[in-house]
Parts: sequence; structure tokens; C-alpha cells
Amino acid sequence: MTIKARHKRFILIAIGLALLGLAVMLILNAFKSNMVFFYTPTQVVSGEVPHGTSFRLGGLVVPASLKRQDDGLTVHFSITDTAKTVEVIYKGILPDLFKEGKGVVAQGKVGANGVFEASEVLAKHDENYMPPEAAEALKRAKEAPADVQLK
Amino acid sequence: MQWSSWSAFFNMGGYAFYVWFSFGLTALWLVWEVLALRKRSAVALNLAKLLAQDK
Amino acid sequence: MNINWFKYSSPQTFYPLAGRMIPWFAWAASIFAVIGLYISFFIAPTDFQQGEAYRIIFVHVPAAWMSMFIYMVMAGWAALGLSLNARLPAMMAQALAPTGAIFTLLALVTGSFWGKPMWGAWWVWDARLTSELILLFLYLGFIALQSSIDDPRKADKAGALLALVGVVNVPIIYFSVKWWNTLHQGSTISMGAAPKMVTTMLLGMLLMALAFWMYTIAVALMRVRCIMLERERASDWVKEQALSVGGNT
Repeated sequence: MTIKARHKRFILIAIGLALLGLAVMLILNAFKSNMVFFYTPTQVVSGEVPHGTSFRLGGLVVPASLKRQDDGLTVHFSITDTAKTVEVIYKGILPDLFKEGKGVVAQGKVGANGVFEASEVLAKHDENYMPPEAAEALKRAKEAPADVQLK
Repeated sequence: MQWSSWSAFFNMGGYAFYVWFSFGLTALWLVWEVLALRKRSAVALNLAKLLAQDK
Repeated sequence: MNINWFKYSSPQTFYPLAGRMIPWFAWAASIFAVIGLYISFFIAPTDFQQGEAYRIIFVHVPAAWMSMFIYMVMAGWAALGLSLNARLPAMMAQALAPTGAIFTLLALVTGSFWGKPMWGAWWVWDARLTSELILLFLYLGFIALQSSIDDPRKADKAGALLALVGVVNVPIIYFSVKWWNTLHQGSTISMGAAPKMVTTMLLGMLLMALAFWMYTIAVALMRVRCIMLERERASDWVKEQALSVGGNT
């Protein structure tokens, strides 16, 4: 075997090992924290979430809870899992799919007054796809305000 | 038919960048893969031909 | 029965057979893609919550399906090669890996371009996205490992072991949206339940998946032919093959 071939082989093995290591690291990291991508309002209210640290809060935006401050950037809304509700304050641009009654995941921490101070707000949509007319018909048939499941 | 005009079609309800990038990248990658394989095949055949003629 | 199998499992008989099969799968892929794209863009209606942005589903979901499906097929070939100690199955596994990696990368990138406008983020570390990224590393690891070992037989064995270990990840990807809280939504199409989308959307998605599937077979056959020529370039059948085709040297 020539030096060059040995070099090439060494580099490739190193790349392979690095990739494998990265995969294992990602798996371990995922098991540690990311398997719980978000906490529910019930978990927050019952104190299952450590205080002072940043975490994600997921649920449905409570209908008619969205209020905008005069600066046009700061918004207030509430997140619910239908059992408990947590108030949220967020300064920034909301994603296109953000709507009252729809799913949302916010990153942030609980402030001194118990309000969740979000630094990032993501919209969570469901797995249903249909034209608007069908959605309208479905809504009328069901007569339920939020026909969206969280999971 | 879903579209009132061709410009509405290309605009994709304001999501033109995201939609066309996704489809464009997919098409580009798949076409590239086919072309790369054609080249690889030609190179391999040429090399084998050289070896065969060498004896 | 046995005789037939062994006849087609040798590279010199499979090479011309694969060559005759490629155009058929290429044509099937093109036809499915044309009809699938037409339905995706002109027949499938606008979505009630995501507007037109949802149309990314017509490449994203088929690519993600293929990324998992190809891995299972690749691991199957690798296992067959390992247990029979045969050349052709190992070559098939090797031929599928790059296409699987491309579809994985496409699923990740198109997902990113869908997540940005809809969720509000290019990337999140949720269980679905993380496990799909691990799938990409498994493909790349398989390719790197195989090409790092000079002896083809040893390379086949090492690659097969890695491929088989990585199979664990596929059900994790598939069920991640069920097992854990994820930002990624649940499955629209699942076994034992009615699809949660209107028929025309479903039809477009299935046709695109079919197109990708036919494409994968055509491309894998093209690549396995290259691998055969490269690995067995010293053998007589490759020399005959090379001399029988035209072109300058």
C-alpha cells in the first residue's frame, strides 16, 4: 500500500468515526432533553418545570386572548391545554400560522409575576389538509371552537 | 383549476421562494445524480477498454 | 429454481439485464412525475390553514418516505450479502446508499423551507427532525466506511454491520411524532386510519412517491452497473463489455 492510499484511508476512517460520534452525541443529547420538546401549561402550573431556566411551553392559543401593545411589537396571549392556562408576553414577529385556537410552542421562562416571557414563538399546525370550504363545512358541522388536537 | 392567472401561480400565495426552492432543488439534485452516474459509467467503461487493449 | 437464482446473481448476467431494465423504470418515473406534478400544482386545492405553502408536501413527504424505505431495502440487501457471502447483494446495498442519502438531505432541506414560513423556524431539535438527521449520518457513515476499506469483501462486511445496527433508527423516526412531544405534526397517512387529507392532495403525494420510487430503482441499477465495472475491471466479462461498446479511448 502506498503512503497516499494509507493517508486517504486514514482520513476516511476519521470522517466515518466523527460522523458516528456525532450521531451518538445527538442521540444522547436528544434523550437527555429534547425528547420533551415542550411542557404543557398543567406541568408548568404544578411546578414540574424548574424555575429560572428556559424551556418550551406548548398548547393552544386561548381564543380572544391576543392583545397587542401600542408599540406594535409586544403581544400578550394565553396558552392552554384545556385544563390549565398560562399567560404569555412576547416581543417580536409572530409566525404566519399563529392564530387563536391553534397550536403554538413558545420558548422562554417564567417571570417573577408568573407570566411566561417568551423569546421565540413557533406555530404548531396539525396533520389535516383540506380546502378552506371543507374546513368551513367541518367547523359548522362540529360547532366546536377548536377542532384541533395538540398531539 | 386553482389559479386565476400565471402570475398568481408563480407567486404561490406569497410563498414563491419556499415552494419553488424546494421543487427546484429536488429537480436539480435528481438530474445531477443521473448525469454524474452516466459520466461514471463512461469513465469505468473507458478504463476497462484501456485495460483490455493493453493485455 | 436454484439454478435460475444463481445465474442472475452473478454480475456478468445481471449487468446486461439491469441495462435493459433501466429505461423502463426511467420512463415510469418520468410519467408518474409529470402526472404527479400536474395534480400537485393544478388539481390539488389550497389548504385551509397553510395556503399554498403546503404544496412543499408533494416533495417533502415522498422524499422522507424514500429516505426510510431505501434504508430498509439497503439493510435487507446488506444482510443478504452478509449471510450468503455473495457479491451482488452487497453491491446493491452499496448502490442504494448515495440515493438514500440524497433523499434524506432533500427531506431535511425541503422540511426546513417549509418550517420557516409555517412554524417560524428553519430548524428545531425535536425528536422527528433529530432522528432524520441521524439517518443522514448513518448513510454518510456507511458510504465513508465502505470506501475507507480497500478489500471489497471486508468493506461489504463492515458496511453491512453498520447498516444493520442503524435499522433501529427507522422506527424511531416513524413513531417519533407519536412517542414524544414534537413540533412536527403527526402522521397524515397511517395504517388503520383514514388519511387526514382530501383525495386529490393524497393522489398527488402518492404519485410523486411512486415517481421517486421508480427513479430510485433506475438510478440504483445505473450505479450497480458502475460498481460492477469498477470492482471487476480485471475480469474477462468486463473487458468484453468494454470492447463491445463504441466510443474513443
